Amino acid sequence: MGNFSLRRLFRSLLIPILAVITALIVGAVIMWLAGDNPIAAYKGLFQGAFGSARGWATTIRKWSPLLLTGLSVAIAFQAGLFNIGASGQFMMGTIFSVWVGINFADMPAIIHVPLAISAGILGGLLWGAIPGILKVTTGAHEVITTIMLNYIAALFAGWTVYAGGSQGQKPGPLWDPAAKAISQTPPVVESARIPFIFGPPYRVHWGIALAIITIFVMAWIIYKTTIGFELRTVGQNFKASKYAGIRVGWTIILAMMLAGALAGMAGAIETLGVNFKFAPEFGGSVGFDGITVALLGQTNPFGVGLAAFFLASLAAGGAKMQFDSGVSSDIIQVINALLLAFVAAPAIIRYIYRIRKSPEEQETTPKISWGG
Amino acid sequence: MSSPTRFKKTSLIALAIAIVLIIVGIVVNLLPIPDDSMWRVLFGVSTLNFTLRATVPLALGAMAGILCERTGIINIGIEGMMLAGAYAGFVAKVATNSWPLMPSLLFGVAAALLAGAAMGYIHALFSIKFKMDQIISGTFLILLAGGLTAYLFNPDMVAEGKFSPIAIPFLSKIPVIGDIFFNNPPITYTALILVAILHVALFHTKWGLRSRAAGEHPRAADTVGINVNFYRYMNTTLGGMVAGLAGGFLVLEAVGQFQEGMTAGRGFISLAAMIFGNWMPFGALGAATLFGYTQGVQNALLLAGVVNIPRHFISMLPYLVTIIAVAGFVGRVRPPAAEGKVYETEGSSE
Amino acid sequence: MSKDNIPVLEVKHITKRFPGVIANDDVNLTLQKGEILALLGENGAGKSTLMNIIYGLYKPTEGEIYVNGKKAEMHSPKDAIALGIGMVHQHFQLVPVMTVAENIMLGAESVKKNGLLDIKKVSKEISELSHRYHLDVDPSAKVEDLPVGVQQRVEIIKALYREAEILILDEPTAVLTPQEIEGLFEIMKRLQAQGKSIIFISHKLKEVLYISDRIVVLRGGKVVGETTPQDATQEKLAAMMVGREVILTVDKAPPSPGNVVLEVKNLKAKSDLGEMALNGVSFQVREGEILGVAGVQGNGQTELVEVITSLKKAEDGQVIISGEDMTNASPRTITQKGQSSHVPEDRHAYGMVSTYSVADNLVLNIYNLPPFAKGITINRPAIIKHAEELIKEFDVRTPGPLTPGGSLSGGNQQKMVVAREFSRPIKLLIAAQPTRGIDVGSIEFIHNQIVSKRDEGVAVLLVSSELDEIMALSDRIAVMYKGEIIDIVPREEATRENIGLLMAGVKRGEKV
Repeated sequence: MGNFSLRRLFRSLLIPILAVITALIVGAVIMWLAGDNPIAAYKGLFQGAFGSARGWATTIRKWSPLLLTGLSVAIAFQAGLFNIGASGQFMMGTIFSVWVGINFADMPAIIHVPLAISAGILGGLLWGAIPGILKVTTGAHEVITTIMLNYIAALFAGWTVYAGGSQGQKPGPLWDPAAKAISQTPPVVESARIPFIFGPPYRVHWGIALAIITIFVMAWIIYKTTIGFELRTVGQNFKASKYAGIRVGWTIILAMMLAGALAGMAGAIETLGVNFKFAPEFGGSVGFDGITVALLGQTNPFGVGLAAFFLASLAAGGAKMQFDSGVSSDIIQVINALLLAFVAAPAIIRYIYRIRKSPEEQETTPKISWGG
Repeated sequence: MSSPTRFKKTSLIALAIAIVLIIVGIVVNLLPIPDDSMWRVLFGVSTLNFTLRATVPLALGAMAGILCERTGIINIGIEGMMLAGAYAGFVAKVATNSWPLMPSLLFGVAAALLAGAAMGYIHALFSIKFKMDQIISGTFLILLAGGLTAYLFNPDMVAEGKFSPIAIPFLSKIPVIGDIFFNNPPITYTALILVAILHVALFHTKWGLRSRAAGEHPRAADTVGINVNFYRYMNTTLGGMVAGLAGGFLVLEAVGQFQEGMTAGRGFISLAAMIFGNWMPFGALGAATLFGYTQGVQNALLLAGVVNIPRHFISMLPYLVTIIAVAGFVGRVRPPAAEGKVYETEGSSE
Repeated sequence: MSKDNIPVLEVKHITKRFPGVIANDDVNLTLQKGEILALLGENGAGKSTLMNIIYGLYKPTEGEIYVNGKKAEMHSPKDAIALGIGMVHQHFQLVPVMTVAENIMLGAESVKKNGLLDIKKVSKEISELSHRYHLDVDPSAKVEDLPVGVQQRVEIIKALYREAEILILDEPTAVLTPQEIEGLFEIMKRLQAQGKSIIFISHKLKEVLYISDRIVVLRGGKVVGETTPQDATQEKLAAMMVGREVILTVDKAPPSPGNVVLEVKNLKAKSDLGEMALNGVSFQVREGEILGVAGVQGNGQTELVEVITSLKKAEDGQVIISGEDMTNASPRTITQKGQSSHVPEDRHAYGMVSTYSVADNLVLNIYNLPPFAKGITINRPAIIKHAEELIKEFDVRTPGPLTPGGSLSGGNQQKMVVAREFSRPIKLLIAAQPTRGIDVGSIEFIHNQIVSKRDEGVAVLLVSSELDEIMALSDRIAVMYKGEIIDIVPREEATRENIGLLMAGVKRGEKV
């Protein structure tokens, strides 16, 4: 955090922008090689994301979960931790919020909605705390524990809504008997649904406002508070933070709890604002996309906001792209992957565009190993 | 290897569990226990057969991980390498459906190996040349493989035929053991042999000594004239090939077709097996067997009509066991010391 | 006999530039057969860089190397090894989890016909070598289980196993006890007698005078002189090394000790490797005095400081600061409540965050106090103002308060740490190796600062492995040996000789 200067801003934006351009170009080459028409595809993609009011609405709807999981990964990076567990935390946030959301039918919305969102935040926070506590008390590396916890969360969530089996297997506690053989929860009651800013067909809900406020809150925490100073110091130099009197263990746990809370919030908002129920196939690649978002946004909350918007627009435009140009929307995951590679290894971008590294430039991604 | 210190606790535990499983299996199947007994369900030949089938891709994945990580390159991208191998094997098989079955399948295996090697090479290139964080590079491989295979996959393609079991003369006649171990398709045999080869190669050959030095203390290796990054490139590419073979197993030996995302987390369980096995080939095989068993037993229980334990919880076991292993309740695992660190020759120290 | 005149190694016009630094500047050097050549120089004089070039680890920017009169093309250590050059690095290049035999054969493996490693053959060769040169090692032992001195022997055998004729020993005595140093010197003599040529790198004058045939002095990357032990004295060598007559006597008034500020009672602690590093240490430091802790590196000094400052846990015993028991209190309690300052031994690991601005580094351990923080919000203008004041007062050469601390020179980084630690009101100052690896100007500045703190009535605990620094600054000198303080000597009674004996573990009155 230094003084604002245009040169610095340009420098910090250069790599992400070139990464985006390069990923789109390489994506186009892949489409061309596979016999698709990349120009038609990108045209459809753009129109799908921004060509109509509904396109804009979809982009905005997809924005908030990416933004929040991106912030989740970013805050962990700030503290030198790699949170691959956003998808598990997202899942636990979903389960906690859906439980509150399908119960308490007579509660007023003014209480029910915040309560359900808070439950989601709590679910993510607790799930995020586990790898933090394990790291501090036993030294278990968070990359391994969060990967494992992702699967455990997915299996646990799957069990809660399990429809049971033909041989008399017991259904899960959140399963909706009305759904018969389908494994899913009952719908979230009206009073727990996040209200729309623009109702159907746009279905843009107030969750996005909450997500944007969260950007500012996180930026404040990271750059303007002693907590943020502690997080960043632990992330930059573990020993120096001990020397500085920072409670390193607590700071690590706190960072993982914050990360989990943000991912859990993403799960809650998706459940209460978009899906209104839970089924095991929900969630998808949102946790992994969070890594791309965090790195594309250079782990800065505002950067994460922008990066998430970009990825959201890709996701939103996919359907129209597939419809208009016949190019499978799966290409978007390829572009996301390339994007991750190019932002995570600025050396590739520098190599392609022959850019010199400035000595002041800092690595935004922590260097991690199993040991330690 | 004579030195017992080479086997750290967890790898011993993993191996011991696997051996106990086999012994119990033999005993149970030789005794006149009634067919509907729980013992028969949990340790019957069919359960153990299924376990072995589930173990093979996990063991191959773990060997892939060991190859990379022993030289100092973290590999969480096994899942992606497997998927790429599976897809390439499938496409090659479909393209040669008109060939006789065996050449066509072998062509598929070659394609799986090649695709895996390519993924491994990319991982090495990104990690070494472009100094990308190795965990992120692995994540990239997973996303790339998932995206590309989904994008390229054409559901109209159908592969015709898959590897069938080859009974080993005489050995396959041994009761129980013969049924489990000596009547399998070729990739299964290859996988088991590979574990032994990798163990010998790692601990008793020049290549292994140098590879391990590169992963433990690259500068020490450099100062005696070993090209650390050459070993890292080579082994990561080899690791990719082995992971590709695991993918080839799924398509060409187990399922016979490709499905989107068909690796279904096996790469991550392999990673878990590698860690629980403490980066030792036999330890990892033991862990893979244990994890494979959790899958085998699910089927067995289902077939036997045992339904009071939800399958979800049995499926959690590999992940829980791994967390327990890394959290050190069982005895700490010890990864190669220089893992994840870029090694630069000039001016990197002092 | 003209063949004898060809040097086994000749270095001609070697220059090595790193980004922003010239590590070696037109260096010329010759080594004759059977000679022990000492390469003397301060930390950062370019000795290690030069040796790494000779060993093929670095490529020189300019210049050539000749071995036995022939121009050598060195691309990697492989080439150097092939030419008979062996090097024992300052930080041992051994793989801890591997055995001695595995380490020694690494890169020069013996392989049986079936392609497997021939451990037996290698072990036999190692036994032969260790017998011939009296280098006792067990080929089947794991390196991580061996003491430092034995590890060094493994390194020497490693070079001999590769049939090295030229041996480079980079600061080999830094990690050894006096007895081990003596053992090493015997080995060196034996190697010399068998015709090996040795380059011995050191910054310790006495050792150089004792063991070498010829001395080359390096300063600022340049060769500044060449002499023999017969023609040199410690004073002359020191002057060559630092470029001027060193005034290591700091002007200071006699001490006026007051109340006890720091009291350590029977302190015990383990090293990072889990071995006992402190075996019951007790002492007191009073207001207005400097207690110097001398000792060969690795005798528990690092752990002592870490335990007092709570960076490491005490296993037993007490740390009492200003009458309050602060054993295993949090580091923050020690700094803030105990009103103490700590200049850490390893400033990069502990003392600063390289990526942080100078301003942030200057509040690294006080960011939570007013005026830098109100509640949990950080007051950035106050932090910048504080930085601007300290930069001026402590003469920290930096483009500005927002420059990353890591981009400053070593001396200025240390001044930055010192500025932070000396600028707040304190009762206790703990300075560990406060002048290691920095320029002479900064050393003088920091020494004067330490003395002026003492004169203000601060209790100072100074830990240094530089005996000269200890002698110049201390009012009393405690000597550490094997995790214990074997004696505390008033400055008036201390001489280099009696302190040196104590450092070697010989108590006063004991026969040597």
